[in-house]
Formats: sequence, structure tokens, C-alpha cells
Amino acid sequence: MSMPDTATPDRQHLSPRPACPTAVAPDARPLVALRLTVNNHPGVMSHVCGLFARRAFNVEAILCTPVNGGQVSRIWLLVAEDERLEQMVRQVRKLHDVLDVRRRPAGGEGFARLAECMAAWERETAGQ
Amino acid sequence: MPTHTPSRSTSGPAPGAAPAPRKRQPNGADLVIRLLERQGIDVIAGIPGGANLPLYDALGRAGSIRHVLARHEQGAGFMAQGMARVTGRPAVFFATSGPGATNTLTAIADAKLDSVPVVCITGQVPLSLVGSDAFQEVDIYGMSIPVTKHNFLVRSVEELAEVIPAAFRIAASGRPGPVLVDIPKNVQMAPVDQAVFDNPPLPGQPAPPPAPDPAGISRAAALLDAAKRPMLYLGGGVVASGASDMAVQLAERAGLPTVMTLMALGAMPAGHPLSLGMLGMHAARHTNLLLAECDVLLVAGARFDDRAVGKAERFCPQATIIHIDIDESELDKILPVHCGITGDVGLALAELLPLLRTRAEAGREAWLTRVEECRRRHPFVMPGADDPRTPYGLIRCAADAVDHDAIVATDVGQHQMRTAQAYPLRGPRRWLTSGGLGTMGFGLPAAIGAALARPEATVLCFTGDGSLQMNIQELATAAEEGVNVKILLADNNALGLVRQQQELFYEGRLVASSYRRKVDFARIAEGFGVPAVDLDASEHPLRDLADALRAPGPCLIRVTVPAGANVYPMVPPGADNLHMIGGEPEPGDAMPALSEDDDDSDTHADATGGRHVHA
Ligand SMILES: Cc1ncc(C[n+]2csc(CCOP(=O)(O)OP(=O)(O)O)c2C)c(N)n1
Ligand SMILES: [Mg+2]
Repeated sequence: MSMPDTATPDRQHLSPRPACPTAVAPDARPLVALRLTVNNHPGVMSHVCGLFARRAFNVEAILCTPVNGGQVSRIWLLVAEDERLEQMVRQVRKLHDVLDVRRRPAGGEGFARLAECMAAWERETAGQ
Repeated sequence: MPTHTPSRSTSGPAPGAAPAPRKRQPNGADLVIRLLERQGIDVIAGIPGGANLPLYDALGRAGSIRHVLARHEQGAGFMAQGMARVTGRPAVFFATSGPGATNTLTAIADAKLDSVPVVCITGQVPLSLVGSDAFQEVDIYGMSIPVTKHNFLVRSVEELAEVIPAAFRIAASGRPGPVLVDIPKNVQMAPVDQAVFDNPPLPGQPAPPPAPDPAGISRAAALLDAAKRPMLYLGGGVVASGASDMAVQLAERAGLPTVMTLMALGAMPAGHPLSLGMLGMHAARHTNLLLAECDVLLVAGARFDDRAVGKAERFCPQATIIHIDIDESELDKILPVHCGITGDVGLALAELLPLLRTRAEAGREAWLTRVEECRRRHPFVMPGADDPRTPYGLIRCAADAVDHDAIVATDVGQHQMRTAQAYPLRGPRRWLTSGGLGTMGFGLPAAIGAALARPEATVLCFTGDGSLQMNIQELATAAEEGVNVKILLADNNALGLVRQQQELFYEGRLVASSYRRKVDFARIAEGFGVPAVDLDASEHPLRDLADALRAPGPCLIRVTVPAGANVYPMVPPGADNLHMIGGEPEPGDAMPALSEDDDDSDTHADATGGRHVHA
């Protein structure tokens, strides 16, 4: 699984929002980072995202990276703290392809670096 | 599925010449059938089509598995559910791609909500065409994600040997549930190594259930031992884990009055002195009243469904709640619990039982006396129970005419709630009802499935005229297979339960809840080849009912019931469980006082305030 490589990014959608997610959600709730270790196959992302969508959890950022050799991937999710989060995490753990779930308060750094990278892309491709 | 056969007559072997006998190389479809045989599957319900024809071809060649040709894929799905619900083991159904696959979704969703282990195997268009909007292509993998426990799109024939056993393991492990396996046609047709075919992997078995946390168990024991007014609340998980006997023993040891959810009926036999029957929306009055008095509630294998607990914040307001469930995500989902234990209910109850003080040691007599007093003062009323031509009488008289091992299926509506209230179920795995999804059309095909799995049993299917019409085509399957299914139709020519809600909560405005034309169900049944008895026309209805139930094979027994006969008591949706309407012993009595803080202004209940309701 890899990040979708969109040749023509939907700039209208991207530009009004700050490219760099910070440690709080737009409504000022603290952000939590979830690290999921998952079996790497084409359906995992829909399984995971479906769960969050159904309970109307806004995912602030999402990143997927392969882990040694690609049998397994990590999905990194940034979500706002919410009293339902613990229950949500239990539901994610139940997914057959999810091997491990960890959470910690989001300092923002990791995602910020990613956001920088994306912002660079935005700048370089501006006007194309 | 158009097939194009080139007509070349000059080359190749002469038509009609016998091909040299040669061992044909097995293909993916053969391997699937082989793996299903090894899982112990002996009946599969389904419908063939272009994309699963190789599977059917393999099924036919193997000849080892009985195929039951359903008339609709939803019917096939409910037949598999019927088999799985009575045996506790995963059952299989087949559908082709596209419309065949979409037709399975309701039955799969139903299995998800009631935690029933079924494996749905769909054919898919060849992988090279997946994603191209090919003929009869739908993304059933994507569509079934939210309604399955897990699902697979098999991308190579090598994966089959892993996926099929995994599907069974997942369906049956932990909290059971449905698994869908989508197999593209080219994977079904791909050659399989003879060596793999001859030495297939071991069948998938349920993973050993997780052991409950011992600290939680001792905390639960301490809470229960100190309780003055404890109660036991059983859910479908008790049946799923085979823990019914253990639950009864535990209740007996500690003297725990016991309530059951719709899914758990039969876990404690009806008539057991500690049984208070079903709780919630259509419970007997004393059941909900006593729950409000209990101080410690042990909840086993249940998920606090709103039909059971009513308004969650007001449920058992005085109680410390202990919750045991195999699914950790159910703990604290609806209600914060004081003691949550993740683990198999059977194991947990077995560990808890010896730790508990006995009924005598704990001094439970005062509480049990209070329970009896409440039961006497607020009994469940069942008008017309002796007359098979009344809604309750049909259920009670049918129960009297069959033995304790009869299996009972229902559809969805007033007849379902009445059966849940009135049928004396004597044990687990004899009760098939669509609890979580409430799917009209469940009853007949589920009953057929139950009869296929338990050919020696009598299967009663209590249905309504609305529900029966949702899968009525399966009458043909029932006739063809000769299954011992007795359909008991309470015909009010209406969507009775909808009508009831309109009457009670929408100021009596009846919209689209009754039919303008009557259906001649007896003739319809006979047209399908199922004999029918109309009790309306009968001079000896009790005798005719008993005779019909005794005769082997399927039959339909129909009786007219009044559309205005509502099911009571009823807790309005969203109200707390003390807010019961109707169901008093004597019609004409004033409504008994509700709870002291009865000020549910945010429910529709006020619409009935002071209204005289006949039970
Ligand atoms: C597939 C489906 N559609 C709609 C409903 C909503 N619904 C619940 S009960 C009911 C009426 C059932 O009528 P019938 O089977 O005749 O039973 P009765 O209540 O009359 O006994 C309806 C329409 C449902 N539960 N399932
Ligand atoms: Mg009806």
C-alpha cells in the first residue's frame, strides 16, 4: 500500500487549509496520533477508514508506510481527542488485518515534517 | 453470461469421439469444494450464475455436498443462518457476482448484528475485468466491509488454500460473525497443483477463547456476594459460547433472578423459578420493575441494545454493573460499567461460580420473596391463550402440540414479539429470530435452514403476512426439499407493528401500514406445493392445528388476527424501561404508577398519556 500518487492534486481542496497539522484539531481539541500495524493488502485502508467514517470521526491526517519488505504496513492516523476514542481503538483492534494499535498525544513533529514535504510539492507545482 | 463457441468442424477430434480417460487436473473451484468438505460442510444453499459456474461444476463433480437451490440469494443467506444458529458451526452459501452478490447483503448484515458464523462465497468476474464495470460486476468486497466480520477478495489460486480455512476460523472465533469470500472466475478455473489438492491445509478451527482476567472475576464475585438485590442478565453470547447450563447453575447457586435478551431466550428454560423472561421493550411488567430495583447486575454476553435497556442512562439506576463479554469493544460502549471482564462467557461464569456465596449464605430469601410478590402483582397477561385463533393462542397451542425440542423461528413484527413473550422455550439453539437487524423475511428461509441441519426436529415458523411476503418464494424450496417446517401465519393483513407505533405515537394516523387487498395465502402455499390449513374455516381448530403439526413435511397454518390487537406492555422507543404502556392484569384498571421521577418529556410517550389501552 502506498500514498495515492495523484498527478493533478485537487488544489481547491488543499489550499484553504494550512498544510501543516498542528497538535490541536481545528476545534482546538488536542490531537492524538494512532499507529496501526496492519497486514499489507489493498483492502486494509478501506476497513480502517470505514470505521472512523461511520462514527463521524474526522481524521486530520493519514499516512501509510511499508515496514520491512512490505508484508506489513504502518498506518498513521491523526485524530482529535474524543471520549469515544478508547472504544474506537478497541473496534480498530478487532479488525482482522490490524495487528497492533498504539496511541500517544501528537506532538505534531512527524506529521509536520510530512506537511512540509507536501507544502514543497504544492509550491513546486503551483501554476501547473 | 453469453458464451461464444467457435464452430470449427474440420480440425480437432471428431465430435462424439470419447476422450481418452485422463485424470483431469484439479482447479481452484475443485480445491474450494475440497476445503469445504474438510470443514465438515454437508449442505450449501445458493444460486448459480455465470461467475460461480466453475464452483457449481466442481460441486457437481464432487457429489459430496448437498446443494439446496434457493429462490433468492437472501433466502440462501438466511438458510445458512438457520443452519449456523441451530448447530453453532459456520454454514456456507453461494451466490454469483453482481446481483447475486448484492442480494446476499441483507442476510450478511443480519448475521453480523446477531453474531452468526456464516461464510458467503461469491463468484466474481475474472480479475482482469475487476474494476472495469464488466457485466455483472459489483465491488462486493467494498460493499460488504461494514457488514462482515472480515472479507476477502481472492487474487490468486495459491491464496485459496489459505483463505478458505481462514474464513472458517474467523467466522467461528471469538465473537462469531459473517465472512465473505469473493472469488474471481479465473481463480476458480486456474489449475491447482495435484500435490496441494491431495494434501490440502488443515480445516480452519475456532481459536481457543481468551481466558478472562482472574482479578476481574474476583472483583465480580465480591460485588455479587455483597449484593442485596442482585440479578443476572443473559445475552446471545451465552448461547454462542455454549454457556447456558453454566449460567443456570450460577443463577441457582447464588439465587439470582434472571432476565434474557431476545437473543438469549431459551438459555434459561421458560418456567424455571428464577427466570423472569425477556427484558426491555416488550418485557413483562414485573421484569422491568424488578430490574429497576436491583443493586448489582451481572451482564453476560450482551451488548445493552436499546430495545433491551431502553434509555441507557436510566437503566437499572441503582445497580453496580458487571459486564462479561468476549468482545472488548462492547465494554463501556453504551453504559460505563463498574467491572468489565473481557473473555469467553462460559469460561468466566465457570470461574465465577465456585467463588460465589450460595443463595443461603448470601441471604437472598428476602429479595426472592420480593421478586415473587412483584411477579404476582404485575403478571404477564396473555389474553386468549387457550384459543388457537387468537394471536397468543396460536403460539401457546402450537407449543403445546409439539415436543420440547422443537425449533422456533420467527419473522419480524407483532407476531415475533408475542412469540418471544409467550413461547415456552426449553433450551438454547432452538430459537431463531432476527434480533439486531429485525429483518422481515428472515423466518421462512431460516426455518428451512434449521430443518436442513436438524431433519429430526419439528421447526415452527411464526410469521406475519408482511414478513412472509418478503421471502415467500422460498415456499418452493421448502416443498422441493420436503423440510419439516410448519409456517404459522398470524394474518392481520397489515404491517401490525408499524400500525401499532402509528396508533400509539403518531396520534393514530395510520399511513401505509395496512394492505388494501387480501392475499389468499392458503392458495399461494398450495400453488408452491405446500399444503395449507386455514384455521378460520376449521370446526375443530385445536385438532386441525395438532394434525397439521404432526404431519411430516412443510405446511402453512393460517389464522386471521385483528390488526388492532397491539403487543403489550410496550416501552416507547427512547423511553426508559419503567415507562411501560399497557399489559395490566385487568383492562379498565388505571395505569399503574410509573417510576417516581417519570418525567420523560423527550419521548413520544406523552401521546398516550392516560389513554385506555387493552392488553
Ligand atoms: C425488511 C424490513 N422492512 C421494514 C421493516 C419495518 N417493519 C418492522 S415490523 C413491520 C411489519 C411486519 O408486518 P408483519 O410481518 O405482517 O407482522 P405483524 O406486525 O403484522 O405481526 C415492518 C414493516 C423491517 N423490520 N424489515
Ligand atoms: Mg401482519
